Amino acid sequence: MDIILSNVSDRPIYEQIYNQIKNAIISGELKEGDMLPSIRALAKDLRISVITTKRAYDELERDGYIYTVAGKGCYVAKKNMELIREEYLKRIEEHIREIQRLAKVCDLSRDDIFEMFSIIQKEE
Amino acid sequence: MNAIEIKNLSKSYPGFELRDINLELPAGSIMGLVGENGAGKTTTLKLIMNAISRDSGSVKVLGVDNQAKEFNAVKEDIGVVLDEAYFPEVLTPKHVGKVMKNTYRNWDDTCYYNFLERFKLPETKAFKDFSRGMKMKLAIAVAMSHRPKLLILDEATSGLDPIVRDEILDIFNDFTRDETHSVLLSSHIVSDLEKICDYIAFIHNGRLLFCEEKDKLLEEYAIVRMSKDDFEKLPKEAVKGKKVNKYGVEALVLKSAVSRMFNTEYTTLEDIILFLAKGDRKQ
Repeated sequence: MDIILSNVSDRPIYEQIYNQIKNAIISGELKEGDMLPSIRALAKDLRISVITTKRAYDELERDGYIYTVAGKGCYVAKKNMELIREEYLKRIEEHIREIQRLAKVCDLSRDDIFEMFSIIQKEE
Repeated sequence: MNAIEIKNLSKSYPGFELRDINLELPAGSIMGLVGENGAGKTTTLKLIMNAISRDSGSVKVLGVDNQAKEFNAVKEDIGVVLDEAYFPEVLTPKHVGKVMKNTYRNWDDTCYYNFLERFKLPETKAFKDFSRGMKMKLAIAVAMSHRPKLLILDEATSGLDPIVRDEILDIFNDFTRDETHSVLLSSHIVSDLEKICDYIAFIHNGRLLFCEEKDKLLEEYAIVRMSKDDFEKLPKEAVKGKKVNKYGVEALVLKSAVSRMFNTEYTTLEDIILFLAKGDRKQ
């Protein structure tokens, strides 16, 4: 698993870790029961603060992506399909918003966009 | 557990006063101590080691009061590097190793020689012929080789080139892979501290202005560049420091107190410290 952190990003470091681990779980790169690196090891390898790493893990656990076994470590939780569907819906919404924004700039009507959509669908 | 616990620590000299320092360094973490020359960093470090005695307050190091008798034993677990390394001039690293072997009960010869090799220090060259960088490296090698639990470093990376500094920061980073190991280091080079610290303590004019999680600081503060008119629209309590020039204003602000209308930019630790120190000076 790759974790790429940016210092100049708008998003805080813990959120960047959270998102990248979450994406790895959703995409199936990390599978149910896989052990995650320990908080301390990950922090030291990425050269970031232990507190920040802990915060990312805490949020992942809170949102049901991972679970902790005391004294052993953190593991990827069973995939919750509902949760993932929700996540995908959220992403689709984001993309639609972006389409809306761009369409406005190009002065495209609703019908134009629908037409584009059906053309692309046919191509596939 | 806290590696260092300081409560209401005060010490005064004619013309200088360190007042009411409260500071906690949780075990397993790295804390950076920043401040101007003469702000009280070295005094704080000396008070922690009880090299000078405090006027009031309390200092606990690795769970033991540093004026208690038991503190002598605790010193075995502390590695200290001061801003100038002093070893007798004619001694070579080999000699120094021998002396230390008889000084520290936990001395680890293999570890020491590994460090000498890693730092490319000649074993048989006299200390007086060492460059500043080599002297610092030797002091760090000694501090690391008696298996300390706590490292205290005063300006240990100043005077070293960026590559060696980075290498030394890596050593400190690896040192804290063990959650019982902690580091307290002071430095002028804020970018070094930004690289590895979990916590940042900022001492200014003998007072502790803040002691915070580093990433939290970087999240809370932001820089806004704007026109003077726009600056007037900013809530006063959000502004923590400003630079005004002919064409506009640059301000350090609390992100949470500023409306989204303003374009906040990512700030570095150095910016935060400069703005806070300068803002204080004008008042």
